[in-house]
Amino acid sequence: MNKVVKDADTAIKGISDGMTLMLGGFGLCGLPENCIAALVNSGIKDLTCISNNAGVDDFGIGLMLKNRQVKKMISSYVGENAEFERQLLSGELEVELIPQGTLATRCMAAGYGMPAIFTPAGIGTEVAEGKEIRNFNGKDYLMEMAFDADFAIVKAWKGDTMGNLVYRSTARNFNPVMAMAGKITIAEVEELVEPGELDPDHVHTPGIYVHRIFQGKNYEKRIEKRTVSER
Amino acid sequence: MLNKEDIAKRIAREIKDGFYVNLGIGIPTLVANYIPEEMDVVLQSENGLLGMGPFPYEGGEDPDTINAGKQTITMLPGSAIFDSAMSFGMIRAKKVNLTILGAMEVSENGDIANWKIPGKMVKGMGGAMDLVASAENIIVAMQHVNKAGESKLLPKCTLPLTGVKCVKKIVTELGVFDVLTEGGFKLLERAPGITVEDIQQATAGKLIVEGDITEMML
Repeated sequence: MNKVVKDADTAIKGISDGMTLMLGGFGLCGLPENCIAALVNSGIKDLTCISNNAGVDDFGIGLMLKNRQVKKMISSYVGENAEFERQLLSGELEVELIPQGTLATRCMAAGYGMPAIFTPAGIGTEVAEGKEIRNFNGKDYLMEMAFDADFAIVKAWKGDTMGNLVYRSTARNFNPVMAMAGKITIAEVEELVEPGELDPDHVHTPGIYVHRIFQGKNYEKRIEKRTVSER
Repeated sequence: MLNKEDIAKRIAREIKDGFYVNLGIGIPTLVANYIPEEMDVVLQSENGLLGMGPFPYEGGEDPDTINAGKQTITMLPGSAIFDSAMSFGMIRAKKVNLTILGAMEVSENGDIANWKIPGKMVKGMGGAMDLVASAENIIVAMQHVNKAGESKLLPKCTLPLTGVKCVKKIVTELGVFDVLTEGGFKLLERAPGITVEDIQQATAGKLIVEGDITEMML
């Protein structure tokens, strides 16, 4: 079993034009920064990106947008990005906005081997248009399909060479469910350790879901909204 | 008339000991400042945290620890972290006792619109659609009229909906209202210095006034 790759450029091998990618993170928190940089350098284009947000103009997926590599975004919230707005209004970028819980649960369904989920989110709104509705116990639910992604790219705090992952604080967010959902899952970690160094009871993502892993470098971990209390 | 802090203060009185509460962005975030200290209340942030605390002191910011509004925050003792699927799982399964969020429009049957203005920039619904579709106890904190002076309490929403028949209570700068299942905004309290006539004038939807309406205690 050899899951360890030397860097982000090696990790993203096999990703090609037109593919569908999942990218973990919430806002700018818990982003696979190294892989995003490698994707930007690669010039791979026409990508469909499933990610809760689209980054900001000069960080996160915003860098791929600026480079015109993204054909379609599937997200729940895409504020705070002027280039995104420009491409959306000019029709260069296709965007599918879906409820955040639906996004997470469609990832989860893929990772659990279930074809679809039923959720009340979006009933009576434009999100429900064209979708099957089922009534259970007197309440309407929308049928939403599991995602089908070629690659999932996630960021964890620690990982071992067998692909087991541990996340830190709210940088966990979408990373575990996306890690489970990719046909091929790439994990970048702040610290790569040997088997046995992670407590099995504390593993968040079992290595079976992870195909490639490497220790990233130079994490910027940019803060989107720095807020502090007065002393 | 209430300012934003007063609206938050009034809403805080709806919170009960032992509640798990999700606070939306804007006025709802301010509610956290007015929860009585003797109460055990746990704040849920839908990016994956139960036990959200105040903003950190300068120098204590942790880029890995943010709330759903992407602000740097702290975690209180007893906090728990989880992934986004579980976060919305606990919302869908009605484990969160109270949801407080802002709105652009609310209709007299409890429909809410708060995510999109057609023709203008669309930022997305985030977790709002999941929250309003599942929460049993939803309070809306908002201004009574929009910037153009038009009522936001309407017979029917004009903007794209976030959810249907879900809002139970509204607190604005003018008063407190129950949204009745059979339709209508039932006036419960007036803001200091505001008359029933003032409220009637600012409310486009069906306003129900029964008996004497007391002035709000803050």
